[in-house]
Amino acid sequence: MPLHVSRQGDVVIVEIEGQLIVSNRQELKQRVLDEAETGGRKILVDFSRTGYIDSAGLGVLVSLAKRLRELGGDIRLANLNDDLQTLFELTKLDTLFQIADSKERALETF
Amino acid sequence: MAGLRTLDLRIPSELQHIEGVVAAVVHRCAGHAFDDRQLALNLPVALTEALSNAILRGNGEDSAKEVRVRVELTDDAVIVEVEDDGQGFDLDACTEDPTTPENIEREDGRGLFLMRALVDRVENFRGAGNVVRLTLRRPGHAA
Repeated sequence: MPLHVSRQGDVVIVEIEGQLIVSNRQELKQRVLDEAETGGRKILVDFSRTGYIDSAGLGVLVSLAKRLRELGGDIRLANLNDDLQTLFELTKLDTLFQIADSKERALETF
Repeated sequence: MAGLRTLDLRIPSELQHIEGVVAAVVHRCAGHAFDDRQLALNLPVALTEALSNAILRGNGEDSAKEVRVRVELTDDAVIVEVEDDGQGFDLDACTEDPTTPENIEREDGRGLFLMRALVDRVENFRGAGNVVRLTLRRPGHAA
């Protein structure tokens, strides 16, 4: 799961390529927490190149959202395909996250 | 043709092997009239959950222990059995509803829920070890 990290203003954009699952979720968690430690507390996760996400991957997103909000930041999700959107709706996590259909729209919501 | 309708895999109990197993099973099902969502979401996620449970809980991530996977394509479904060396578990008792207000912000507790939501049938029984069996029917082959 390569992670591509970039910045736009004070927002850290993390693009996940491939699957976000139990075997690699810690990589995402650590990278985002590292960014948060150095002040990057507005995180946009871009799923445009993500395949599938399992329960552990969803759990990491929940955990990161809580931590970032505790730190005064937040997380936004963008570019979920229909399958991933279904996954968030099934688990009702679409009520916990702000989900945008593009990076640009997600950036506007910070 | 029988060989093309079955697949047997054995992996050490290490999480890094999950993606490869899932890719092999999805590849075997491709071209057998499953729809795109079944191959991109339902089967990969449900199988990932079953493998993750087998590796982490069943076998305690002991790489000396194997997880055994058997895939069978029938006329109307794919049946995937994931077997570990654990003591098994009560599927109903262990399945939580992660969508309730008290659970929604929990990091864990979504695995069995997703498995059961994404395939048509989930069974758990004793074979040589503990077996979780997933059945995913092709479109138009409802039980």
